[in-house]
Amino acid sequence: MTEWLNVILQGVLIGGLYAMFAAGLSLIFGVMRLVNIAHGDLIVLAAYVALMVTQTLGIDPLTSLLLVTPTMAIIGYALQRGLLNRTLGDDLLPPLLVTFGLSIIIQNGLLELFTADSRKLQAGAIEIQTFQVIEGVWVGLLPLIQFLVAVAVIAALQVLFYRTALGRAFRATSDDQPVAQLMGLDTRHVFGMAMALSLAIVAIAGVFLAVRANFDPAIGSARLIFGFEAVIIGGLGSMWGTLAGGVILGVSQAIGAQIDPGWQLLAGHLAFLVILAVRPQGLFPKVSG
Amino acid sequence: MSRIEHATRSSRIGVILIAVALVVLAFAPYWGDRQTLRLLAEVFTFVALASLWNLLAGYAGLVSVGQQAFVGLGGYLLFALAMLLDVHPIAAIFIAGPLGALVAIPVAALIFRLRGAYFAIGTWVVAEVFRLLASQISVLGGGSGISLPAAVVIAMAPSRQMREFEIYWLALALTVIVLAAIVALLRSRHGLALTALRDNEAAAQSCGIDVTRIKFLVYVLTAFGTAMIGALIFLQKLRISPDTAFSVNDWTAFVIFITVIGGIGRVEGPIIGTIIFFVMRQALADLGSMYLLIMGAVAIVVMLWAPKGLWGLIAERFGWQALPLQRRLVPATKLNETERKP
Repeated sequence: MTEWLNVILQGVLIGGLYAMFAAGLSLIFGVMRLVNIAHGDLIVLAAYVALMVTQTLGIDPLTSLLLVTPTMAIIGYALQRGLLNRTLGDDLLPPLLVTFGLSIIIQNGLLELFTADSRKLQAGAIEIQTFQVIEGVWVGLLPLIQFLVAVAVIAALQVLFYRTALGRAFRATSDDQPVAQLMGLDTRHVFGMAMALSLAIVAIAGVFLAVRANFDPAIGSARLIFGFEAVIIGGLGSMWGTLAGGVILGVSQAIGAQIDPGWQLLAGHLAFLVILAVRPQGLFPKVSG
Repeated sequence: MSRIEHATRSSRIGVILIAVALVVLAFAPYWGDRQTLRLLAEVFTFVALASLWNLLAGYAGLVSVGQQAFVGLGGYLLFALAMLLDVHPIAAIFIAGPLGALVAIPVAALIFRLRGAYFAIGTWVVAEVFRLLASQISVLGGGSGISLPAAVVIAMAPSRQMREFEIYWLALALTVIVLAAIVALLRSRHGLALTALRDNEAAAQSCGIDVTRIKFLVYVLTAFGTAMIGALIFLQKLRISPDTAFSVNDWTAFVIFITVIGGIGRVEGPIIGTIIFFVMRQALADLGSMYLLIMGAVAIVVMLWAPKGLWGLIAERFGWQALPLQRRLVPATKLNETERKP
């Protein structure tokens, strides 16, 4: 019994990480209907940026977020203004194919710079600290921090969306771009800010990913898929739904892995396909795709 | 009676040139060495894969990044049929097609619930599921893959040379069949609907085209062709593993780059694109992963500044079409005039 409780708890905590993969994806889809195929590779890029920062400055990975997050945000803004804004329009193909090309470029660029060797960020003692919740059920400190950060990120996004001027601009552009423009909003800048924010979340997700497990340039596409599955399970446009989606995915994978290690990823995908079959709008939908 | 004319002068020249090229290629075993034959057979499979993807994405607007699902499925079907049921490998290729289409029906029912770009990632999830399932099948080598047993290979043709010729002709024939089927489809009633769909989905729908039905039809037909080509590819390779069979780079990234660079939404595009792709590959082969990086950059530049690709530029500049696909109404009066002349 406690064995299964442990498994499910681990699944819930990793679900927080998946929710962070998903939040950035969901945010830019909500604001500009852009699906960023390079999202997973940007997460891996953030992990490598963190690797360089921690190695050159000799600081701890979590502290490095102070540098990695703004760096990724600037990259996001530049990417949106310089490249992705040109692809937006009625036609679906350009954004899809350009971000797909970007994904291949980032992946192979990282391969060229850092080789295919697995890397990991070392966070020191915090990595192995655990404590007992109830008799026989243990929680690692790092997974717990990661989950709480995910909840904080989602809550902050929620506040930003509904309580700030930038959030109002996001919602206005999302609802009706031409009218938002008529009201004096510079949508190119709004889109740039949305991508900056998305990549700031990507930075946090990338650092936690890199502390948790080994990473190499090829793992991006699987992270994109996890994020995407969490978005669809949770329902498009709902931030808390995204968190629920991440948790469902994480728990499914944990249960699958417990049954047979080969079933970990498969169980997650099957959970996604089942939800798609029985409730295609997701569990907590807000906007229609 | 008025009549619909498909051919133009450029397409008549195009068809003659293509026919000549086909004759030259059919005799390649007599003029080419082994390496040339292998390269050409690979070129053919990419022409076929890119043409199928072009039909799917360029015409039906179904941008899939998961066609490796059907390439890999075809490959595994070949191995399963040949190794477990003793089916002749060439027969297995032709069985892989309908089986691929059969699998595509429930897959389509599921992922057609996703719209636009989310559909794209949904197709990718399906391919991942197929890959993970394939690595669970231990009789076909599980995660590490398996080679086609020597007995099966020898059953095809006793000598190695004859086998290579057979595979080459098979690749040429299958590619011609796939291209001919696509041209026939586009010239049919459904083709008119598809061309309307390509140009404007909402307008097509308002003209009474059942958009969902035709998309479903194209998805299943594409799976048919892709599974067949997949089986052929792994008959060439004689070895299969989940990672090579369901590789997103090999069977989707390359195919998309080929189609975009050559010209998406035109039948000629994938053919031109494949030629450019292989020329670039031979030229940049020494660069390793830099080569993929350059391909990605070229595809982005083309998508942004020449979204109709190279053939799109040529076709618009000169009004050319290499295949008789255009529809032009020849009025009755004009027709009568030409018929009256001796």
